[in-house]
Amino acid sequence: MNCHKQSAELCNRKSTVGVNTKMSFSGGNEYMKTIAYLFIFMMLPISGLWAGDAPATPESNKIAIDLVQTHADYVWTLIAAALVFFMQAGFAMVEAGFTRAKNAINIMMKNLMDFSMGSIAYWAIGFGLMFGVSKTGWIGTSGFFLSDFTPGGDPWVLAFWMFQVVFAATAATIVSGAMAERTKFSAYLIYSVLVSALIYPIFGGWAWGSLFHGGGWLEKLGFIDFAGSTVVHSVGGWAALAGAIVLGPRIGKYGKDGRVKPILGHNMPLAALGVFILWLGWFGFNPGSTTAANKDIAMIFVNTNLAAAAGCILAMITSWIKFGKPELGMSLNGALAGLVAITSPCASVSPTSAIIIGAIAGILVVLSVLFFDKIRIDDPVGAISVHGVNGAWGTLAAGIFNMGGTSAKIIGVQVLGIGTCFIWTFFTAFILFKILDATCGLRVTPEEEIEGLDVKEHGGDAYPDFEVSSYAQN
Amino acid sequence: MKKIEAILKPFKLDEVKDALNKIGVTGMTISEVKGFGRQKGHKETYRGAEYQVDFVPKIKIEVVVEATLVSRVVSAIIEHAATGKIGDGKIFVLPIEEAVRIRTGETGNEAI
Repeated sequence: MNCHKQSAELCNRKSTVGVNTKMSFSGGNEYMKTIAYLFIFMMLPISGLWAGDAPATPESNKIAIDLVQTHADYVWTLIAAALVFFMQAGFAMVEAGFTRAKNAINIMMKNLMDFSMGSIAYWAIGFGLMFGVSKTGWIGTSGFFLSDFTPGGDPWVLAFWMFQVVFAATAATIVSGAMAERTKFSAYLIYSVLVSALIYPIFGGWAWGSLFHGGGWLEKLGFIDFAGSTVVHSVGGWAALAGAIVLGPRIGKYGKDGRVKPILGHNMPLAALGVFILWLGWFGFNPGSTTAANKDIAMIFVNTNLAAAAGCILAMITSWIKFGKPELGMSLNGALAGLVAITSPCASVSPTSAIIIGAIAGILVVLSVLFFDKIRIDDPVGAISVHGVNGAWGTLAAGIFNMGGTSAKIIGVQVLGIGTCFIWTFFTAFILFKILDATCGLRVTPEEEIEGLDVKEHGGDAYPDFEVSSYAQN
Repeated sequence: MKKIEAILKPFKLDEVKDALNKIGVTGMTISEVKGFGRQKGHKETYRGAEYQVDFVPKIKIEVVVEATLVSRVVSAIIEHAATGKIGDGKIFVLPIEEAVRIRTGETGNEAI
């Protein structure tokens, strides 16, 4: 009966719409009238069809409603995955903008391969280590090669994998920026595979394993990291730190007298476009981490935006005070710092707290960039400060500003997570880069670095038409 | 024949070009150049590190004209390129030995 009533109502409603359409064009527009009637007629067979179904019971309604919810969860998770995928473009643009034109092809290739090789590595190994069945809470042992999916079986693992693989690729690609303009491409590829296959997923499983078949020791202690300030961003940031240390600074970055000699990025609008793209992508990164279409996403969305805005503003103000002029590069880093910091606490703090968290991130990122320059760790895009330092800050903030109340224990677990992430990631990445350096070589020769990686590593030129060339015209 | 090379503030190019067109200069070559004179450079900041910009962007125009036109060209450039502030640029006048139009092979004043 219920169903009959519903369909009748629906039909009525549609009819009203049809009449409205007709009336609003009653100035003699026959064409619109025809469309309005057509619309009504099209609705008739549909309501007839519904009327022919078996009578609904509370149970059948429940099943139908649950199915709609399940479908909405799939759609939201996959839309969010697409938004997070787009962040790859953001990272590529930020990195290219902040570096020199002679290395732009190399940067595009690294970002392209981070996602491509990372996808395959995460499919084969990473996902299983992160979300496979884990008796000890230290390492997943099932689900390699997406074996949790069988044709005809529950496809949720596919949607979930898709959402997770874009996260793994984010962690991998963060490192690219800090190692820009001097890293040997072949060595970078090996790193890229290993971070997506091993370094990221093993730590990720400790904090997030129970989202699927796993269960990590860190999450069992109550570690809060909703969307990955630590799991994704600090992992990327601390691996970036290891990479930048093993590589050493770019030629010409630090003078003999200890002065910092800035190496200007070649396209600031491109860097800014990258940050806008990342900001957009974060609306998938954080709200999508619900992996469910529910009302929680509204607050997460708002928190994400407010923290980014506050971070951007405070970074601008800090740069204005420190350097006398509002600096674009730092302001862009500030927006990203706010986004990284809110990633962990986005679901468990109030919007007002989000502003405070973002604002502190904005100040912190400027001071951090200056600090790493002072100790001569050359990070062309500020990845260590944005992702490593502010990933740690955001994770701590999740404990401090927790809406459900905070305690020394909550904060202690957060600090444990931050420390564990640093120790695990920094040392595994450091050893990996040292091995790469000793075997195939991590850094290009000084000649290649001066000439540019595009010509020497890839035999190309990113902007051939912007310079005098002797190409034949015909 | 004389060649007049003038270094200008970039935003003055259009005005100078129109003025030269009016007095009968039929062609010119321009290039984007950088340099410094008494204006010197200025300081800029990138990611917190200050650096000195020694070479300021300028436009160089080159025109070759009959010797009789030189003083009018020079005064037109002065009139239209000057702002009165430091960094307005310079004008150089050089002798030209020969000019040839590639398409027709014409030489001398015919070629310019």
